[in-house]
Amino acid sequence: MVNQKNKKKTNFRETFKKNRPLFILSLPGIIWFAIFSYLPMFAILVAFKHFKLNGNFIHSFITSDWAGFDNFKFLFSSGDAALIIRNTLLYNIVFIILNIVIPLIVALAINEIFNKQLSKLYQSVLFIPYFLSMVVVSYVVFAFLDPTSGFFNAVLSMFGHKPIQFYMEPKYWPFILTTVQVWKNIGYNMIIFLAAICGLDKSYYEAAMLDGASKWQQTKSITLPMLTPVLVMLLIMAVGGIFRTDFGLFYQVPKNSGALISVTQTIDTYIYRGLTSMGDIGLSSAGGLLQSVVGFVLVVITNGIVKKYDRSQSLF
Amino acid sequence: MKDEKKTLGESLNRFGRVTPKSNRILTILLGILSFLSVVPFILVAIISFSSSMSIKKYGYSFFPKQWSLEAYQTVFADGQIFKSFGYSLVITVIGTIIGVFLMSTYAYTLSRKTYAYRGFLNKFSVMPMLFSGGMIGSYIVVINILQLRNSIWSLILPLCMSTFSIMVLRTFYQMSVPDALIESAYIDGASEWQIYFKIILPLSLPGLATIALFLTLGYWNDWLSALLYIDDNKIVPLQYLLIKMQNNVEFLSTNTSVGVAQTGNLPTETIRMAVVVVSTLPVLIAYPFFQKYFIGGLTVGAVKE
Repeated sequence: MVNQKNKKKTNFRETFKKNRPLFILSLPGIIWFAIFSYLPMFAILVAFKHFKLNGNFIHSFITSDWAGFDNFKFLFSSGDAALIIRNTLLYNIVFIILNIVIPLIVALAINEIFNKQLSKLYQSVLFIPYFLSMVVVSYVVFAFLDPTSGFFNAVLSMFGHKPIQFYMEPKYWPFILTTVQVWKNIGYNMIIFLAAICGLDKSYYEAAMLDGASKWQQTKSITLPMLTPVLVMLLIMAVGGIFRTDFGLFYQVPKNSGALISVTQTIDTYIYRGLTSMGDIGLSSAGGLLQSVVGFVLVVITNGIVKKYDRSQSLF
Repeated sequence: MKDEKKTLGESLNRFGRVTPKSNRILTILLGILSFLSVVPFILVAIISFSSSMSIKKYGYSFFPKQWSLEAYQTVFADGQIFKSFGYSLVITVIGTIIGVFLMSTYAYTLSRKTYAYRGFLNKFSVMPMLFSGGMIGSYIVVINILQLRNSIWSLILPLCMSTFSIMVLRTFYQMSVPDALIESAYIDGASEWQIYFKIILPLSLPGLATIALFLTLGYWNDWLSALLYIDDNKIVPLQYLLIKMQNNVEFLSTNTSVGVAQTGNLPTETIRMAVVVVSTLPVLIAYPFFQKYFIGGLTVGAVKE
């Protein structure tokens, strides 16, 4: 027994000795992950504390009382939770569908046009908005919606309509935010689809052409089925992120307008506002932990379902 | 009798294409779509070159009645824009260097099949993609544990590694550095360090360039770190300057005589849009050059292992 233990120890030591140079090379990265990825996972356990600042963080963490699920109870009883979850889920479901359907259609079309130089140009241009930061995007949107001199209101007044106070009217924002989201991200998934389409085996198409299949039939019966692995991968990732929202889109683009909270408050803006205006780290953490746990569970479930039907297409 | 001269492949190709009519329709529709995707930013650029008088009268327009450089004159008369530009530049350069070093070493060890901890470290880097502490977790670590509030490192360190980029690099190493090369160097008595610095690094420059590009764009466009971790007015990178200017455009020109004298009739909207243009222009100018590498890296990373 003791012998075996010793043997294991020496084995471990020998392995380590043999791998030491490579281990030292990977050590800086390991330390980074430990501090900036793993430490936050534990820090978020503040969600189970009545957090009171008392000296440094670790000391405060130890001396604060355990709250059990009090923070979560408060989150759900205050009525905030229902609104946040509704907004987060509804926006994300719409985004997931549009971000797959529209880029897919555009990629299929761009792949077909005869003039290949024009096709390259279109690809480049459609990808540009992806490289703008959300703060810049918020100004771009403002140029159109500015209540006093915005482009839309200038057009409206040209036709004799009254200007619309866009930043005060919640009813327009689900549409505006969806448009902005699709506009900014259309290029990304389009590029991924195009790469996948280019990588498809040409011999299928040759066989189909010999049988006299039209272009539409080829697209329907060859291209789309062959793209399934890419679609499944994008879908798993998207479903895993269904509880995450683009903070910039929901906070910067509506210019943090209080009048729009009912349609712009998502889990991320809630966490940020909780942190900055209420200063309640415990409550914000509860929201954050909820987000992380639900996201994790969803990825595992989706992956499990995919695995059941087709093992080769699952992510892990 | 032209048709007879066509080869089998050519005549088949007619089935492989859409009809000329559909081609024309698709070309036009896609042209409109592409136009729509850049036209909003063009409006912003035009506003920045409009005179504030014509904006007051007619609102924002693609065809302003009067062009003007007054916004840029005001912006450049102030020192803040240069300071912000400098901060953005320093953060981007330092962050990119640190990030490339961290990710290339880590990804390289992941690509070595003889490395005993390879499997574990692979999982170690994928796990954060599935479960993370999110915004609040990072906030607690940076502010409460590392105490980096108002430090330039709070804008650099949290962003310098990403699992996606590590995967891209690892795939790159596996494809472009043959195992035999490493083995032969090993037999010749080279140490792991020599192998990494003398053989691997020079061979992997294109891969490193891709990662450096991801990092550069990430740092240049980052505003969230500043919003979370900076609350004094000393370190204000360009993107953060834009946020500050949303509330008071005077933030740009409180320190200069120009600003104080003209605060009353400052061309606020055009100034804001001018700063938007200044902060985005570097990315747009570089875009044609980096686009190819960016797409290359993106598609490598998206390919399943």
